[in-house]
This record gives sequence, C-alpha cells and structure tokens, in this order.
Amino acid sequence: MNHMKHLIPINRKAARIVAAAAPPAGDVVALQQGSGPPQQPEGPHIPLGCSLAFQPGWEADRNGGTAGLCQPVERDLFDCHLGCYWPAHVPDQLNHAPDWTSKCAAAQKDWRKIDLIFP
Amino acid sequence: MTMLRVGEHHAFEAANRRYLYLVPSAAVFALDAPAAALIDALDAAPATRTDLISRVSAQFPRTDLGGLLAELEQIHAVQPVPTPAPKTPTIIPLTPVTPFPLTTAVLNVTNQCNLSCGYCYEYSEDKIVDTTNGKQPKFMTDETARQSIDLLFRESGEVAVVHVSFFGGETLMNYPVLSRAVPYAKAQAAAYGKRVEFNLTTNATLLTPKMIAFLADEDISVTVSIDGPREMQNRFRVFHDGSGSYDVMLPRVQELLRRHRSRPIGARVTLTSQVSDVLGIYRHLTDEIGFQEVGFAPVTTSPDRDHALDASGFDQMVTQFTALADEFLQAALAGRHHGFSNVSETLGEIHKGVSKAYPCGAGLGLIGVSTGGDVALCHRFAGSEEHGLGSVSAGLDRDAQRAFLERNHIGHKTDCHTCWARPLCSGGCYHEAHTRYGSTTHPNLHYCDWIREWTDICLRIYGEIAERSPSFLDRFDA
Repeated sequence: MNHMKHLIPINRKAARIVAAAAPPAGDVVALQQGSGPPQQPEGPHIPLGCSLAFQPGWEADRNGGTAGLCQPVERDLFDCHLGCYWPAHVPDQLNHAPDWTSKCAAAQKDWRKIDLIFP
Repeated sequence: MTMLRVGEHHAFEAANRRYLYLVPSAAVFALDAPAAALIDALDAAPATRTDLISRVSAQFPRTDLGGLLAELEQIHAVQPVPTPAPKTPTIIPLTPVTPFPLTTAVLNVTNQCNLSCGYCYEYSEDKIVDTTNGKQPKFMTDETARQSIDLLFRESGEVAVVHVSFFGGETLMNYPVLSRAVPYAKAQAAAYGKRVEFNLTTNATLLTPKMIAFLADEDISVTVSIDGPREMQNRFRVFHDGSGSYDVMLPRVQELLRRHRSRPIGARVTLTSQVSDVLGIYRHLTDEIGFQEVGFAPVTTSPDRDHALDASGFDQMVTQFTALADEFLQAALAGRHHGFSNVSETLGEIHKGVSKAYPCGAGLGLIGVSTGGDVALCHRFAGSEEHGLGSVSAGLDRDAQRAFLERNHIGHKTDCHTCWARPLCSGGCYHEAHTRYGSTTHPNLHYCDWIREWTDICLRIYGEIAERSPSFLDRFDA
C-alpha cells in the first residue's frame, strides 16, 4: 500500500522504502503492542497510578519514547487534575467548558477528538 | 534554520512522467507535478523549508507542500545539509560477513583452445597467467572437477540453488571430464538437498551430435562465443592456421539450436574496432541463425592494441545500442520477446533495485577454478597467484578473500563517490581494470561516460515499460 500522495514507487526497492516509511496501521495508543517501534512485552494493562508514586515509565518508556509508557499519556488529562489534584492545563470543566471531553469516551482511543478550547 | 538539499539522484523522463533514480538506494520513484517542482527548486540551491515551500506555493496553491516535503524526506530525495558540508559523499566500506556463501563455481576445464582469436585475454599480449609455459596443467582432471564441486557445496551455506559453470580455453576440448562432472554434481545436490544448475561457454566448433544431446538432456545452458556474419566472425575468431571458423561453427550451432530447446541459447559477441556493427550482428545472429539472446561486450584489452575500441568506437557502439534498445522497448510494449540481453540484464537489476558494493560476484559468491585446482576471483583470473583464494584441495582461503573484499569495496573507489550510476556499475569489471590499470581496485574510468549514458537509456526504457506495460516487468520478479 502506498501511503504517499505525490510519489509512486516504481521498482521493488522503492516499494520497500515506502513500506518501511509507512505509518503503523490504525490509531496510535499508549501501551501499543505489535507493529511499530519496539514495545513492551505483552502484559496486563493497568492504567493506574501517578508520578508522585515514582513509578518508572511515566514520562518516557524504556526506549525514550512515549508509545510504551506504563501509563498512557492521555491519562494526564484526567488523572492528574482530577484524581491527584495536580495542576494541569485543562479547561475549566465546571464553568467554561463542561463538554470539552464529551466526544472522548476512552482517552486512549479518542484523545484526538478532544476539542480545542480558547478562553 | 536547517537548510535542505536534494539527495543524490539521477532524474529522468519517460512516458511524459518525471522519475528519480535515487542513490545509493537504487529506488525508482515517479513524481507528480508538485514533487517535480520542489525537486527543481531545490536542485538549484539549498534552501530552508519555508523558503522552499514559498517558492513553489504560488504554482500549487491547493497542494499540501509540507506533506509532500515530508514524503521526499522519507525517501531521502531531500535531506538536511550537513554542517560542515562534505565535498563529496562518503561511502563507509562495509565488508560482507564472511564466510559469505558460495553460489557459483566456474571450472576452467582446460586452458587449451582450438582457435586462436586475436583478442583473447587468455593467450594474447594481455594475458595474466602463463598458460603456455606455466605450471597449470592443460586439462582439469576428474578429481579436481569433483573437488571443485565438493568445495562449492561445502561452502554454499544456506543457499538453495548453486551454479556450476564450465569454461575454458575451449570448454569442449575437455568434454569427457565435464560430462562426468555433471552427474556427480547432481548426486551431490541430492545429498545436500539443494538444486544445481549448469552452464557452459563454447566456440561451438567442436560440438558433436552426442554432445548436443548431452547438453539438451542435462538441461545445461549454453553460451556461444560468436562475433557475427562470416567476415566479422573470421576477422578474429580463427584457427591456429589463420583460417576462419565461421563455416565450421555454423552447422553445429544450428544443430544445437534445433535440438536444445529447454534453455535459451545465448550468443556472446566481442566488439572491437574492426567488428562493431551491432545492428548487423544482432540481425544475423537472431534472424538468420536463430539465437534467442545476444549479448555484446567491448573487448578487454590495453588501449594501445589495434583492436581496442577508442572513444569514437565507444560512441558509435552506444549509438547502435540505443537503436537496438529502442527496438527492445517497442517489442516489450507489444508483449513480444526481444533478445538484446544487455537491456534485459540491466532492466532486471533496475527492477530489483540492486545497489552494489562490488561490481560483480567475483571473490564474493563466485569463484574461478584453474585446471590445476587453484581457486581465484573468477575464470578470468584462474591460475593467477596474485588473485588466488586458496585451492579446491586445501579449501577456500577466507583470509585472502576478506583482504580482497576490504581492498576492493566501492568505498575505496573515490572516483565513484560522486557518480549516480555507481549502484549498478560499482567501478566495473576487475579484469578490465587489471588489464587497463594494473589493479583490480582501480575503477574503469575509460568507460564512465558510456556507462552513465547506457544506464540512463535503460532507466528511461524501464520508466516507459513501468508506465505503459507494467506486467512485462513481472518476469524480473523471479
């Protein structure tokens, strides 16, 4: 499959380069397994906790990326300012923007649907 | 601000499309109009991202030029300018892992010949090995042939198909040994669980009905060294008494072509200053004699020999190659076979995207075995101590092989570092370089322009076929 819009791979080497540069299929979610960069081994997905507990793997995974965090980065949006009362840059959901996450049923999958809020 | 520049490439047009041949990946990409405009804008001089996009945006207001630039960066057609900028690209030599598996052994079953062609590299003034008075025996023995085959299988690693190639001298002067080597190699292949393929090169003057039946029955590919119509063939390809070989060779070749249908029989033509009518030779060999494949190569010789091709000879050759290549293209578009194998071989390499660190398999997966059992880079060096890689009895000299591969890597051929044709050429034939410059490590600078011109012609043919008759290219996927 050619994901490029302007370049057509003609020979076999070109097809291999396009395949190598292709983005992973489907959405990118935290704790993603399977294709893409090296990931954590299969294991239970426990999206709990907080950086205050000094859990390794909160800000960066063992490869220095964010795809294999032990906590999904999207949880910052909810856990930090709700569960942990950590000041996070989120809109005021009580007064100004009560519906800003209404399209986001599951943060790990739907985080791109969260609206931008301008004060 | 990061400056961007175009990556190493060769741009060409075919079928009203713009293409890039990327170096060193050897990938071929077709460009749409905005991509071509971006490459053109950047080709003039390096630019920053915003600068570059603003130069092209007026022409393509609806195009996501940022996304396009990202695509060009992904395929390395556009790259950041390194600071400080290197004068020439550097190639880091990466010697292949040894033991590198063997795929092909060329057995020089004899160094004797019933012809004495004026341009022969084995006997003429340019010879490397003293085949007349040297220590090499005149004929390979059964035992040496068997040891060669044993060595090939023993060193072939995971390779599933190995090739045994019979060469000379005149190969058929040692028909008894080669005819016994074939069943032996097949038995070894069965024991190793591998497949073995054979080919044989001959001047065809000694072919008998019995030999032809053997070649056909055993499925042996045959290449006939032949120079064309009578007067051209007889110009250099003569018997020891000076008489021409055409009339002796012709009926035997015709019988071979009639009887042996399981493999394409190829003709291999040596072009010289006196024999250079490519089109005439091609017509004669295909239409009149019936060869399915014809390959041409300029004679390997020192430049001061009478028969050497000079610059005008090379120019004339390219002109005729171009005309014949156009015929190949028309045939390909019409779904017909065309036997100009110089084109089909290059198209095959372009299609795969071959990018070579070494010009050929010599000393890598291919070895040449002399009549006495010495192993060398290839058949052209067989028996040369300077280019030796052990022997079939003592085994492959892996240290010598490693040293050879380190010395001859494209990374050491600095002349090649700025050449876009290096993925396919990689400096050219070791034997040619040795004859011209006295060293296998020297790039063949005397035919650079010709190689680039020829590669460009083949790329354009490839682009035309890819656009207009892509299914033709399926044959190169095997």
